[in-house]
Amino acid sequence: MVNIILGAIALGLLWGIMTLGVHLTYRILDVADLTVEGTITTGGAIAAIMITSGINPWLSCLAALGAGLIGGLVTALLHTKLKIPALLSGILTMTACYSINLRIMGKANIPLPSTGSNKVETVFTPVHELMKKLVGEYDDSASAAWFYDIICSKNFSAMLVGILVIIVISVITYWFFGTELGCAIRATGNNQKMVRAQGISTTLMIIICLMLSNGLVALSGAFIAQYQAYADIQMGIGSIVIGLASLIIGEVLIGTKTFKRNLVALAVGAVVYRIIIALVMAAGMAANDLKLFTAITVTLCLSLPLIKDKLNKIVSKRNGEAAVTAEKEG
Amino acid sequence: MLKMIDIHKTFNAGTVNEKKALNGLNLTLEKGDFVAVIGGNGAGKSTMLNALSGVWPVDKGEIIVDGVNITKKVEHQRAPYLGRVFQDPMMGTAANMEIQENLALALRRGQKRTLRWGITEKERREYKELLATLDLGLENRMTTKVGLLSGGQRQALTLLMATLRQPKILLLDEHTAALDPKTAAKVLELSDKIISDNGLTALMVTHNMKDAIKHGNRLIMMNNGQIIFDVKGEEKKNLTVNSLLQKFTEISGSEFANDRMLLSE
Repeated sequence: MVNIILGAIALGLLWGIMTLGVHLTYRILDVADLTVEGTITTGGAIAAIMITSGINPWLSCLAALGAGLIGGLVTALLHTKLKIPALLSGILTMTACYSINLRIMGKANIPLPSTGSNKVETVFTPVHELMKKLVGEYDDSASAAWFYDIICSKNFSAMLVGILVIIVISVITYWFFGTELGCAIRATGNNQKMVRAQGISTTLMIIICLMLSNGLVALSGAFIAQYQAYADIQMGIGSIVIGLASLIIGEVLIGTKTFKRNLVALAVGAVVYRIIIALVMAAGMAANDLKLFTAITVTLCLSLPLIKDKLNKIVSKRNGEAAVTAEKEG
Repeated sequence: MLKMIDIHKTFNAGTVNEKKALNGLNLTLEKGDFVAVIGGNGAGKSTMLNALSGVWPVDKGEIIVDGVNITKKVEHQRAPYLGRVFQDPMMGTAANMEIQENLALALRRGQKRTLRWGITEKERREYKELLATLDLGLENRMTTKVGLLSGGQRQALTLLMATLRQPKILLLDEHTAALDPKTAAKVLELSDKIISDNGLTALMVTHNMKDAIKHGNRLIMMNNGQIIFDVKGEEKKNLTVNSLLQKFTEISGSEFANDRMLLSE
């Protein structure tokens, strides 16, 4: 069970990068960008193909990020230059990505085994080795063997890498949106007319934001592929909904009072989502039902304000009637 | 300071909804001119400001600001020359951003956005002083999200933003129309003060004839996308609402029609 939770945390942190990317478009730019369903797979595909060719896994991640930037650029150009609605632009790029991803991979699935004859080195391998070495030196107490098992587990090292990466990316994001350029992008999501009146090209801001978002999503895909030990053409399906679910869970649990808090909320949301999924799976839900479960969760979360409002109205109406009756009787 | 030469703009050309909004408009502003713009429904008042700010390209004509031909420039490229305040108080500010962040965006109007920090400590102190001059208590709410401010507060802030970096021309597009009479009077007074303190050149569209007579050194009246009446100085000071309405009937040969004007008088 501990291992399952650990795995959920690790996977959640890696998906947290993707959630951050979704946040850039969905919350900051106020655009629902479906490109991510394609670019997350592109990231995984590029990382897989490069890693299996023996290229440094971190370099592969960087290349995945670059590919994501390009994916975002395509959507941004469709939207800003060809005036195609943002949602449709995203769908077009996502669809195109499917073919491109297959071209990159050459087949529907590339395994990234960590053991066996054709094992590969991922970003997690050195950390895993280090942990094993550290534990090996102190491994003289049998009573704490379960503890050492955890430290030596793949999930633990993945979690460490996940924590490191999400912190670095969150710090960079925090810095970026405090700069002049970052402020201009935030304003673009608020009020494009005002932004143009300040001499800022909203077109350029949309392009930059969509690129960064998809860059992060592809980077996330690269890490996820290494964690799950394969890249698959299907891995992006439903990812936007997972990203939104994580984003909303984080906002509800941690809040959005300040940007710092919001960034923490994104990571926490992604982790909590993964833990929930791990728990319902452990409770016996079929893996095939997961997407339905996620979609229903997101629907509920998105309609929460409306439901709350309706409930409040009913309650206040009842209270009002009660007050009137009380007055008459009094 | 400004020359608009033979400006034409037709909306929905070739359809049943075709509307000739600007019809050979000519306007020249001297430096320091504060011009009140009045006119009936669809006279082309706001359209003139939009043509000037580059919301869309004009069909014909040239726009020259301070010797620079800006006709071909798009909206954001014209921003260095123009400070703008809109009719809708929501339009001039970014609602989800702090008061100080909005000011910082405006301070950099027309400048390249770099990776330098978006707002400096020195700026913050300046903003605090400037906000204090508005007398709305905003200087103590620098980190409040602008969306939480009232319409009047937002318009006052937008006015401050539009003039934070001195514009060649300040464009006020019915900027008090959406406010209650008391707030409107306050914002108008503030506009007057900012314009005279900084010696700005300004175009103010208004639906209120009394305001148009009271404020500015010049008044122009528009009809059918052209300027039909242009007075300044002493002659303007002696205008009354009645004489203006009479003038309109005289020149245009029709009754003055402006829904909001009837309601507001």
